[in-house]
Amino acid sequence: MSAQSHAKPAAVGGSLFNATTLICGVLIAVMAAIVLVRLVFGLGATTNLNDGYSWGIWVVVDVFIGSALACGGFSVALLVYIFNKGEYHPLVRPALLGSLFGYTLAGAAITFDLGRWWNFWHIFWPGYFNVNSVMFEVAACITLYIIVMWIEFSPVFLEKLGLHDARKKLEKILYIFIALGVVLPMMHQASLGTMLVVMGGQVNALWQTPMQPLLYLLSAITLGYGVVLFESCVAASAYRRQIEVQMLNPLARVMLGIMAVYLLVRFADLAVRGVLGQAFQLNGIALTFWIENACYIAPFLLIGTVAARRNPARLFLAGVAVMLGGILLRLNGFLIAFDTGPGWTYFPSVPELLVTIGVFAAEILGYIIITRRFPVLPREEAYAQPAHG
Amino acid sequence: MARKISERVGDDKDRRQFLKGCLGAAGTAVAASVVSTPAAARDTYQRPPDALGLLYDATLCIGCKACVAACKQANDNPPEFSTLDHLWDTPLDTSGHTFNIIKMYRHGTMSTKDAEENGYAFMKTSCMHCADPSCVSACPVTAMTKDPTTGIVAYNPEACVGCRYCVVACPFGIPKYQYDSPTGQIGKCELCRHRYKDGHYSACAEVCPTGATLYGRSSDLLAEAKRRLALPAGSVTTYPRGSINGGPDQSYEGYVGHYQQHVYGETEYGGTQVLKLSAVPFAKVGMPNLPPKSSAATSETIQHTLYGGLLMPFAVLGAMTYVAKRNVHHDDDDGRHAEEPIEKRVEKPAEQRPEQPKKE
Repeated sequence: MSAQSHAKPAAVGGSLFNATTLICGVLIAVMAAIVLVRLVFGLGATTNLNDGYSWGIWVVVDVFIGSALACGGFSVALLVYIFNKGEYHPLVRPALLGSLFGYTLAGAAITFDLGRWWNFWHIFWPGYFNVNSVMFEVAACITLYIIVMWIEFSPVFLEKLGLHDARKKLEKILYIFIALGVVLPMMHQASLGTMLVVMGGQVNALWQTPMQPLLYLLSAITLGYGVVLFESCVAASAYRRQIEVQMLNPLARVMLGIMAVYLLVRFADLAVRGVLGQAFQLNGIALTFWIENACYIAPFLLIGTVAARRNPARLFLAGVAVMLGGILLRLNGFLIAFDTGPGWTYFPSVPELLVTIGVFAAEILGYIIITRRFPVLPREEAYAQPAHG
Repeated sequence: MARKISERVGDDKDRRQFLKGCLGAAGTAVAASVVSTPAAARDTYQRPPDALGLLYDATLCIGCKACVAACKQANDNPPEFSTLDHLWDTPLDTSGHTFNIIKMYRHGTMSTKDAEENGYAFMKTSCMHCADPSCVSACPVTAMTKDPTTGIVAYNPEACVGCRYCVVACPFGIPKYQYDSPTGQIGKCELCRHRYKDGHYSACAEVCPTGATLYGRSSDLLAEAKRRLALPAGSVTTYPRGSINGGPDQSYEGYVGHYQQHVYGETEYGGTQVLKLSAVPFAKVGMPNLPPKSSAATSETIQHTLYGGLLMPFAVLGAMTYVAKRNVHHDDDDGRHAEEPIEKRVEKPAEQRPEQPKKE
C-alpha cells in the first residue's frame, strides 16, 4: 500500500492518562456537581436566567451553537457521498466522531435546561407533540439524527470488536443511514434559524428574516468545513501527525464557495427588506453585526488563493474565523440582538459557564478516548506511533 | 477494510450530471420554498366569534391595584416582595407567581393624570389572549392551547416540558417561568377560566371599582371601546363596571378622557381578546407596536412549506438515498491510486482522470 492512497483508519494508541484528559475529567466532575444542584434546587439557584432572557448559554451555546459546530460529519458526508468526492474519505470518520459527540452532548445538555425534564418524552408522543412548533421539529429531528449517527459510526466499534459479519451486514444498508444523516441535519439546522421567526420584533431586524432557515443551513454547512479545518490542524499538532493539506486545500475551496452564496443571500435579504441602513448606525448592534460578517469575509482574504490554502496556519485561522462567524450569527440572533423590553439583562453565571465548559470538555475527552482506542483517524505511515497494539 | 467510494470512471459523465441535477434540484427546492409565497401559507388567525376578554381603559384606572390582589387570591399565588420590610405583596412585574400587575408611566413633574408631558398614567400588564398566539405556536408539546370557543389561552403544566420557548416567543413578555423551583411551571393569566363554573368571571374585572378593567365578549368590548373613542373628550357618559353585561345598577357616569384614537389589540398580530384604551401613546406605556400579521403565521408558513406532510424531506431523502447508494462502496483494497498523489487527483478536472475499472 502506498502512502498516497487512502490510509486505512487506525487507532492512534497511547495512554489515556495525561494532562489533557485529567483536566477534562475534573471539568466534567464540576459540571456533574452543578447539574445535581440544578436538579435539586432549580434553574434559579444555578443560572442567571430571567423572564427577559429565558434562554441562556445552556440553550444557545450548548445546543444551538454546539450542534452547528458538530456539522462536520454532515458537511463531509455531503461532499463524499452526495457530491461523490471520494478523495475526502479519510476525513469522514474523524468528522463524524466530532459530530457524534457534539450532538449527543447537545441532546444531553438540553435535558438539564428543561424546567420540567421528566416530561421530555411528550415531544415524541402523539397527542402531545405540536407539528406547528419549530421547537418540535428541531427536537424530534436532532434526536433522530443522534440515533442515525451512532448507527453510521457503529462499524468502527464492530471493527474493533471483530464482529466482521455484523459490520458487513450493516454496511450493506448503511447508505440509508448516510442519506438520513444528510437530510436530518439539513432539516433541523434550517429550523434552528426558523426558531427566531416567531419571536417577531424582539429580534433585531438585521437577524429577523424569513430567510433565516436558508442562512442557518448554509452557515451550518460552512461551519462543518470550518470545524474540519480546525480539528485537522489541532489533531495533527496534538498527535504530532502530518496535516492533510492536500485534502484540506480543495475542501477549503468548497467552503469558500458556499460562504460566497451565504454572504450573497445575507446581504441581498437585508437590502430587499430595506434594513441594511441599520448596519451603519453607530451602536453595539451594528458593531456585532459587522464582527459577525467580518468573520465570514476574513477567510476569503486568508485562503483566497491555492498557494494560501497550502499554508496550514492560514487554513487553521480561516477555520477559526468561520467558526466565530457561525457562533456570532447564533449568539446575535438569540441573545445579543434579542431585546424583550427595558429592564432585562443577562450574562451567564459562573455555574452556567462551568457547565458549558464541562460539556465541551466531555466532547474533547470522548474524542481522545475514541481516537486512541478505535480506528478513526487515518493510519500514519511515516510517523512513529506510541507503542500500542 | 475501510469503506470506500467508487472512483469515477471516464464514461460516467451522465451519472455525474444526474447528481448535479439532483443536488441542484434539492437546493432550488429549499431556496424556492423559502422565497416564494408557498401553497402552505397560513393566514393570521382572527378572534373566535364568542371570544372572551377584557377591556382595560387606562383613563378610568386609579392605580388602586385591587385587581393585582384579587388575581393573587384567585390564582392562589404567594406574595412577592420588592421592599425590605416584606410586609405586603409588592411585585414589580408579572412573574411565575404574579399574573397581573398595574404599571405606572411617569414623566417630569407628574402633575397631571393621563398627560404625556409632566404627567402619569397606569397600564395593566397581563395576558392579551392573542387571536393568533405566539406561545401556542411555539409550544412543542401542546401545553399552551387556545380554546376554540372562548379563545382563552390556557396552560397545562402536566404536558409542559419547561423549554420556555413560550416565554421567549411572546411579544408581550407574558408567560413566565418559576425559576425558584426545581419543578417550576409557567405562570400566566388564564382569564380565571377555573372560576366560571361557580358563576364568577375574571377576578381583576370583578373587583375593579371604576370599571377600568371590564370583562365580556371581545366583540362587545371592542364596540364599547369604539363608542368611547367616538365621544368628545370631557363629555359625560355611562361606564359599566365588572362585566359589560352587568346592567345599569353596576354602571356610573363619568367624564370621557383624552383618548389616543387607537384600540390596542383590535388588529395587533391579528387582534387580541384583551383590548386597551389609553391617553398616553401605547409605545410609551409598554405596549409594543405590532403588525396585523402574526409572527406565528409567518413561522408556521415556513415550517409547513418545508415539512408539510413530510413531502419535501422525503423527496430530498429519496434523492439522497439514491445518490448515496451509488456512491458508497465497500472494499478492502486501498491501493488503487498508488501512482498518483492525492493532491493532483483532487485538483484535476474529473474528465481527465485515468480510466479505472469500476468496482463494486
